[in-house]
Amino acid sequence: MIATALRRAGHLVLRFSRGPCSPFMRRAGVAIILAFMALAPFVLHSYGIVILTNALLYIILALGLNIVVGYAGLLDLGYAAFFAVGAYTVGILTLNFTVDFWLTLLVAVFNAALAGVVIGGPTLRLRSDYLAIVTLGFGEIVRLCARNLSITGKATGLTGIEQPWIFGWHIDTPRDFYYVFCVLTVMAVIVSTRLAKSRLGRAWLYVRHDEDVAEAMGINRTTVKLQAYVIGAIFASIGGAFFAVNLGAISPQSFSFSQSVIILMAVILGGMGKIPGVILGALIIILGPELLRDIGQLRLLVFAIGLLAIMLFRPGGIWPGRI
Amino acid sequence: MSTTLLSIEALSLSFAGNKVLDCVDFTVSRNAIASLIGPNGAGKTSLFNCMTGFYRPQRGTIRFDGHDMTGRKPHIITALGIARTFQNLRLFREMTVLENVMSGLHCRSRAGALAAIFATRAQRAEEGEIVNFAKHCLAFAGVAETKWDRRATTLAYGDQRRVEIARALATKPKLLLLDEPAAGLNTAEKDELITLIRRIRDEIGISVLLIEHNTALVMNVSERISVLDHGEMIAEGAPENIQENPRVIEAYLGEAGEEMAL
Repeated sequence: MIATALRRAGHLVLRFSRGPCSPFMRRAGVAIILAFMALAPFVLHSYGIVILTNALLYIILALGLNIVVGYAGLLDLGYAAFFAVGAYTVGILTLNFTVDFWLTLLVAVFNAALAGVVIGGPTLRLRSDYLAIVTLGFGEIVRLCARNLSITGKATGLTGIEQPWIFGWHIDTPRDFYYVFCVLTVMAVIVSTRLAKSRLGRAWLYVRHDEDVAEAMGINRTTVKLQAYVIGAIFASIGGAFFAVNLGAISPQSFSFSQSVIILMAVILGGMGKIPGVILGALIIILGPELLRDIGQLRLLVFAIGLLAIMLFRPGGIWPGRI
Repeated sequence: MSTTLLSIEALSLSFAGNKVLDCVDFTVSRNAIASLIGPNGAGKTSLFNCMTGFYRPQRGTIRFDGHDMTGRKPHIITALGIARTFQNLRLFREMTVLENVMSGLHCRSRAGALAAIFATRAQRAEEGEIVNFAKHCLAFAGVAETKWDRRATTLAYGDQRRVEIARALATKPKLLLLDEPAAGLNTAEKDELITLIRRIRDEIGISVLLIEHNTALVMNVSERISVLDHGEMIAEGAPENIQENPRVIEAYLGEAGEEMAL
């Protein structure tokens, strides 16, 4: 039932996107979405705002992973590791060294980029399936480190991470964080769109379609893949940094293998390489179980069946059309 | 500047003990149209793959335009000025004709991730140049403008061949390697190909080296022919000399004789 509804929605979107979709209509669509995002907290109760903020976080993470998996075609099974690098960098630096959040954000981005280069440099020469295994291992290493090192607070994690200030405004209520994540999401969409349309974005597609021909056209496949990997890592670390200050507490459970899988699922479900699709995928993954809360214990089963149906009927993802 | 553009000396390549190329010497001069011919399995494409960095020869040197190319990676060789097409069409699927040709300009442009994210003036200007030059290459190769926004793999076979040539030209090469460009083309398209090859040399000044089975086309278009058989270079010279060379006749007629016996 959900699957048919989604298919129908997909066809509607298809008609909309293929039909006479002028720049004006597109702009109007974007304006409506932005207006909804701005007004949502006035309609929703506080729990709804928290859920929506969580969904926005996953949109950012999925957009980042989309650059790695969707654009460059690299199967990354340890993406949550970069999310953890961002969160723990902020947690450790603000708690133990009382560094200002905005400075730790820069360090988090730097650390994630560095981790991306260290892991990606040697492994991106491998074929996709080997890469998947190496990234899976990396994800587990990061999680186990977080679980066992005293600086990361072992299994209990870090608590009491302070909420940041910006221009005299203390970002502390759920509604504040909702708006912060709105801004981050808009930025993530803009960055993704611009990269996709750029020389580098095309190079990712060339390499994904045919590595040898791309190489013959003068594209250094290793560098291009590494750039995708590092940019994806930076998206995750920014998401992780704001995740840490939003909750005020982080623990190793948030960065498990299943976290990587959930983000990957959002990307594949919506349609790899398609930005609106990836956003839709993240929304379904996060909001789906919440909307099904009424049917109690069956909800995960229903959700799983829905996902299976989508994969069976729309293997290219829900969002129609090519990349 | 020396008149030799590409020179290969004593090149040997073998796969698991099977000799594919055996001590091959080969040169291409500037502003030349040259051909590499030989029976199936003679090692022609392998020689191409050595020149473009896809295979690493065990011995020998490849010099191109003052650079030592031996063992360099394909993308560096392309940046230094050797472009190629493929024997079996290899266009980027699911991408438009124009996007396919734009790939050639990657090594001639420089905008990075940050320039793209901030959409700097230089980045936007460069994007415009990339599109314009790609269109110029397509027009030069004779692909009708109405087809530029179509998916490359939906084009007719002859047009796809042209797109491949346009894509190689977009890398702004000094030497263009065409691997069996006439395969699968009809007579009219072959004539157009001959004209195109001549225009590439005469109008842009790019040297062309082709591997071809179609002897009529080879004799017609090339100024110099090299013949490879069982990984050895058995003859080199002007088309009329090659036609009379006894070793070449033997290499080809030997095959034909066997076919006749069947």
